[in-house]
Amino acid sequence: MAYSVAVPEFLRIATAAVGVVLAVWAGYRAWRDKAPDRGLMIGAAVLVLLAIALVATALSTVVGGHHVPSTVTFVAYVVAFLIIPPAGLVLARMEPTKWGSVIIATVGIVEAILVVRLQQVFS
Amino acid sequence: MDTEPVTTERDGSTRAMTPTDRRRRINIGLGRLLIFVYGVFALSASARAMVQIATKFHEAPLAYVLSAVAAVIYIVATVCLARSTVRSRLLGIVCISIELVGVVVVGALSLTDKSAFPDATVWSDFGSGYGYVPLVLPILGLWWLLRGAQPAGTVRTNAVRTDRG
Repeated sequence: MAYSVAVPEFLRIATAAVGVVLAVWAGYRAWRDKAPDRGLMIGAAVLVLLAIALVATALSTVVGGHHVPSTVTFVAYVVAFLIIPPAGLVLARMEPTKWGSVIIATVGIVEAILVVRLQQVFS
Repeated sequence: MDTEPVTTERDGSTRAMTPTDRRRRINIGLGRLLIFVYGVFALSASARAMVQIATKFHEAPLAYVLSAVAAVIYIVATVCLARSTVRSRLLGIVCISIELVGVVVVGALSLTDKSAFPDATVWSDFGSGYGYVPLVLPILGLWWLLRGAQPAGTVRTNAVRTDRG
């Protein structure tokens, strides 16, 4: 089966794309020695919401009887999706320096990798 | 906007943070990034170890025990970096040194003795499955912790005010 975890494709692409764009944007700000600005913070918040939406749809299809190859792995990914973006956002808010921007860039990269890995694991 | 970070003395009074104070603190700047990255590895290594030990422990006991050890080390290192006390710095240095030895030894063994590592750990092939971040992380972490190392018993420097937004 191609897509064992039935998360809509647009949601996966959107999450990964926002992650990559955020990483580039935040990386550029860090390179310019700038702290995250409001726009970057809003971008990171959007990523948090996308991760929640992704987990919600994945959970609803699993509860609806969709088969998951490994329940433990699936739960691990759900936890990672729910914890990593908000944790990064909080840490970046505590760090109003270029390192705050680097943290947001890292969140974006990690999130994009998670989306791709999730699909590899379950297909 | 944010206010200047302050240093809290033992008696509770505060003063503006000097460059020396900044070096002593390990949970600001690059340190905050390290907390995040160590946290991500603590989470993913724990998850991996739990999955491996819960579902297929008999297949590669050594590799899976090592996964669990790596997970514990990442968790302790994350907490040490975040606490930023004299003691947590010391424990952090010990922990991250073990991590560095671990990733180098496991990395070398996983290449030379494949039978001992039939399944991957975070440290297999020097962490190539994680973009070699597991190899770079302890080097960066050790440099960060040793860079501001001071004799014990000086000021406590883990209180900061960033009244932002």
